[in-house]
Amino acid sequence: MARYIVNRLFWMIVILLGTAFAIFTILYFTPGDPAVVFAGGSATAADVENMRHILGLDKSYLQQLGEFFYNTFIKWDLGTSWAYNKPVVEELVVRLPRTIIIGLAAMVLNLSSGLLMGIFAAPHEGKWQDSLTMGIAMVFISAPDFWVALMMILLFSAKLNILPAYGIGGPRYYVMPILCAALAGIAVNARQTRASMLGVFREDYITTARAKGQVEKKVVYGHMLPNALMPIITSIGNGFSKIVAGTPVIESVFSIPGVGLYLLTSINSRDYPVVRICVLFFAVFTAISMLLVDLTYAFVDPRIKAQYSGSRKKVGKK
Amino acid sequence: MKKEKKEKKVSLFAETLARIWENGGARVGTVLFLLIVIVCVFAPIVAPYGPNDMDLTAMYKGPSLKHLFGTDGMGRDQLSRILYGGRYSLALGLCAAIVGSGVGAFIGSFAGYFGGKTETLIMRLMDIWSSLPSMLLCILISATLGAGFTNTVIALAVGNVPTGVRLIRGQILSERSKEYLEAAESINCSKSTIMFKHMLPNVISPIIVDMTMGIGMNITMAAALSYIGLGVQPPTPEWGAMLADARTHILNYPYLIMFPGIIIALTVLSINLIGDGLRDAMDPKLRK
Repeated sequence: MARYIVNRLFWMIVILLGTAFAIFTILYFTPGDPAVVFAGGSATAADVENMRHILGLDKSYLQQLGEFFYNTFIKWDLGTSWAYNKPVVEELVVRLPRTIIIGLAAMVLNLSSGLLMGIFAAPHEGKWQDSLTMGIAMVFISAPDFWVALMMILLFSAKLNILPAYGIGGPRYYVMPILCAALAGIAVNARQTRASMLGVFREDYITTARAKGQVEKKVVYGHMLPNALMPIITSIGNGFSKIVAGTPVIESVFSIPGVGLYLLTSINSRDYPVVRICVLFFAVFTAISMLLVDLTYAFVDPRIKAQYSGSRKKVGKK
Repeated sequence: MKKEKKEKKVSLFAETLARIWENGGARVGTVLFLLIVIVCVFAPIVAPYGPNDMDLTAMYKGPSLKHLFGTDGMGRDQLSRILYGGRYSLALGLCAAIVGSGVGAFIGSFAGYFGGKTETLIMRLMDIWSSLPSMLLCILISATLGAGFTNTVIALAVGNVPTGVRLIRGQILSERSKEYLEAAESINCSKSTIMFKHMLPNVISPIIVDMTMGIGMNITMAAALSYIGLGVQPPTPEWGAMLADARTHILNYPYLIMFPGIIIALTVLSINLIGDGLRDAMDPKLRK
């Protein structure tokens, strides 16, 4: 098990360095000169040249890349925003809680209601309860979330006047963004839960449980659910990585100054230090949550655990 | 010999089609999707006005018999714009799904078949690739490449690749130790023959399902990209761009937001219904 974790940690570092390299290179070759943007509209050629020097854009690709790696990974200096002249970390610390509130609440909502819907639908396969639940999930998954957000603003803010349309403030400001962010996840989790419940439906141990006269409730919750939960762990892991990255489009619709919107505006204004650090930050978070998912898998599923303890058996050969 | 093989293929295809038709949801989806595709493709014939025909005497007219979905600030007929815009949205979704899943399947079959170091390398590259949520990746690539149809297709496709790779690799992993591959290897088939001729047909059905679902997802993502000002730009009547155009008037003229959104939702819904039907129809476990 220890070897497995060390192996994964090693690859995590490689992936992060790779991501840093990739994002730097993509931005370097992006058309559009940041120096022109930040020198201002009335800047002369000399001003632009001067700005290019200040931003360090006059150096060669390798030099800039080296500096970026040195500053980020050795000096732990995460850079300063070109647009606001403010350290990126300071801005992130202010914005992160807003994005995390939305992300976490949406995840709790979509997990709980998704699981409930799936558990409700599966035993009724083919009956109206199943069709109704899956029909709702289908609608949730098909409607574009930013459009639903606009419709909600129309209904709850313009018509009923009970929720604020945009911005941040009290808890009421978060109701609509959380609902919109959760919508697709509810559907995905409901469908996933139902599918994996149905997958274990015809297993022998379910027949055994029924044959010994087990109560239906215990068959569903005691035997089926634990086995059906495996794929849902993956879905939780995927959800985790979305918590910090946020949903830029939804943040943009509701004008919530979160991390997603920060990245979005920085991309548009060519504020590269912000983009790099945000992307890197998401990558770290994603890598950690993926590692946790894999470890949970290894912990829950004895078949995977067996691969890494003792002699390594060839996978797939029975 | 050859003829027999062909016949068998057709019957399998026909059987799948018949099984999709048996599924109520998929039947509704197919009819709805075909309807949308047909009216969009034949927009010049079906649409009552041109997509950019301005009528300054009829600005911001609500839905009426003359303009079923109303008109926008320049007096352009919304129904006509939605019909013409559907060509862009549908083409975007279709192209992005095909390119994304295709490239994904290609890379994934490499990883899955060769295994070992190649596989590790490819899968770690995919980890880097997908260390950003796909929507963010699309935004990033789209901003890098700039607006326009082809660039948007690339941006959307890039977001789809890692899922495709993982999917096909997983399939191949479970297929790799099967006997027919050993048989093919023992009669000295080349690696590419084994990979693309023997293995791919056996693992293709989840890719087709993934690709179908991908069309719907990509239409939504394309609309979202256009909405935040990337992707296809106004005055092109793409559905997301129409929403972006109308968002400032949401309080006064809500119908400008309502109709394009409903059409997007209906299109994606129909595609998802087909995808679900396809998955059930192609599942060998459910085949009688």
